[in-house]
Amino acid sequence: MTNSLRYEIRITGSGGQGVVLASIILAEAAGQFEGLYAAQSQNYGPEARGGYSMAEVVISKEPIDYPFVISPDILVALNQEGLNRHKEEIKGDGFIVVDTSNVVHVPEGRVIKIPITEIAIEETGKSMAANLVSLGVICGLIKIIKKTSFERAISARVPKATEALNLKAFEAGIRAAKKIKLSKLPPPPSEELIEDL
Amino acid sequence: MSRTNVRKVRRLIQGNEAVVEGALAAGCRFFAGYPITPASEIAELFAERMPQVGGVFIQMEDEIASLGAVLGASLAGAKAMTATSGPGFSLMQENLGFGCIAEIPCVIVNVMRAGPSTGLPTSPAQGDVLQARWGTHGDHPIIVLAASSVWDCFTLTVEAFNLSEKYRVPVILLSDAIVAHTRETIELPDPGTLKIVDRVKPTMPPEWYIPYQDNPTGVPPMAAFGDGYRYHVTGLIHDVRGFPTQRVDEITSFMSRLFRKITQGFQEIFITSGFMLEDAEYAVIAYGSVARAAKRAIREARDRGIKAGLLQLITLFPFPKRTVQGVLSKSKGVLVPEMNLGQISREVKRVNECMTKVYKLNRIDGQGIKPQEILAAILQMWEELK
Repeated sequence: MTNSLRYEIRITGSGGQGVVLASIILAEAAGQFEGLYAAQSQNYGPEARGGYSMAEVVISKEPIDYPFVISPDILVALNQEGLNRHKEEIKGDGFIVVDTSNVVHVPEGRVIKIPITEIAIEETGKSMAANLVSLGVICGLIKIIKKTSFERAISARVPKATEALNLKAFEAGIRAAKKIKLSKLPPPPSEELIEDL
Repeated sequence: MSRTNVRKVRRLIQGNEAVVEGALAAGCRFFAGYPITPASEIAELFAERMPQVGGVFIQMEDEIASLGAVLGASLAGAKAMTATSGPGFSLMQENLGFGCIAEIPCVIVNVMRAGPSTGLPTSPAQGDVLQARWGTHGDHPIIVLAASSVWDCFTLTVEAFNLSEKYRVPVILLSDAIVAHTRETIELPDPGTLKIVDRVKPTMPPEWYIPYQDNPTGVPPMAAFGDGYRYHVTGLIHDVRGFPTQRVDEITSFMSRLFRKITQGFQEIFITSGFMLEDAEYAVIAYGSVARAAKRAIREARDRGIKAGLLQLITLFPFPKRTVQGVLSKSKGVLVPEMNLGQISREVKRVNECMTKVYKLNRIDGQGIKPQEILAAILQMWEELK
């Protein structure tokens, strides 16, 4: 398969949830500190807060031809709208991470439920840290980027005053992800169904 | 032309940031501009970086003045550039012509957005391709390059300055919101490892200087204002001393030199890149961000056993006729996908001379062309021609 060299992650939420920052840190962890190739892009509405916001990262061991997500391996949905827009696009063996603090209608299938925003508030007192919890979750669920690469990327990107808080949120995300067993997810749909364009 | 491959210092940056880094590496020390989406980051970053390197950043009152300031700075000896998008690029056309006739090196980056007019400010497009070639009036030589990635934004900005300095011609670098705003990992080369070209300056005493005298390269040495060489700069067609002329012999030799200096350099100016072209029966000719979607589509077409290949045009104008004809002559069919209604496919058809069948794939809705769309078009072409 042509796609096996690519790993695609899409994060959606509403403006102000730090979706774009999370994607930049993820791309820096992969590209700058892990030595992989990474491409990051975003798409959002005109609102500064609220509305719809989407950011994505393509990670590869080889130079990246097409820099956008074609079909994500992971979709992280921090709100309902982002989930609704993108839930159908995930790869067959991919999965969705849903922030159950904000998302009411959770679809069936390969879905992981984590109360991301609640964890952020519990750990740091700030819902704003949900993006760093998400990064922790991603770090805990994928094997291609080391934890130390994430930590270096976080330290390099966030303001010094909030570094400890952000790392704490990140750690909490990893802990939440450790409780998840990917093997317990429903099996991916059969190959023929995926091949059928 | 050999493109540099020396890579160092790994960073995740946007295309627009890479333009700035490329310009500074090329020796650009003057930027005048007016912010406009999706090019604003270029001005923003220059405002920060220019003072650090002893250069000048100036925000002008509009795009007309921006290019005016750039031309002035270049005449005074600086490597100078501006950056804009469609609406601003339209305003620059008059001064662009002045740059062509007065042979003033400069680089103009146009991060294309969907038009006409204010159009779709945040959406990518490739609608300014022919404007970049023919936007200013009169027959004029010009060089137009198209960037497809963050790495391209860096290297092609360096290349744009090199060509501009060498041939004393404005060079336009086209990109779009996809190229400009996507962040990618690149390793910026060490300064000193890059090939940097500086304009040729006169070495004779000032009183012997004939500013527009022909020579074998067709590019006269260029004195900087303030160096003690006094000469006249005008938008009127001028004689070798820079003064307006109506004499047919002088007009002819002037105009033919303007074009000759570019045609003599074709070998170096034409930059293209082939991907799986050697045995390709079906070719895609693409440029800018679309070329990357095409690359992926070609990999998938190959997975299905179709011998497809990509010719990526990096130099759009002068149009790399020979290279394109080489591909046309070997292909059963050629597909030209672009984010306009067919500005480069028109050029491809012009040089095709009935050698093969040329297909188009166009989008003008502010959306990038996806690999799946190009793959579907390749499959359709293959169905028809196999």
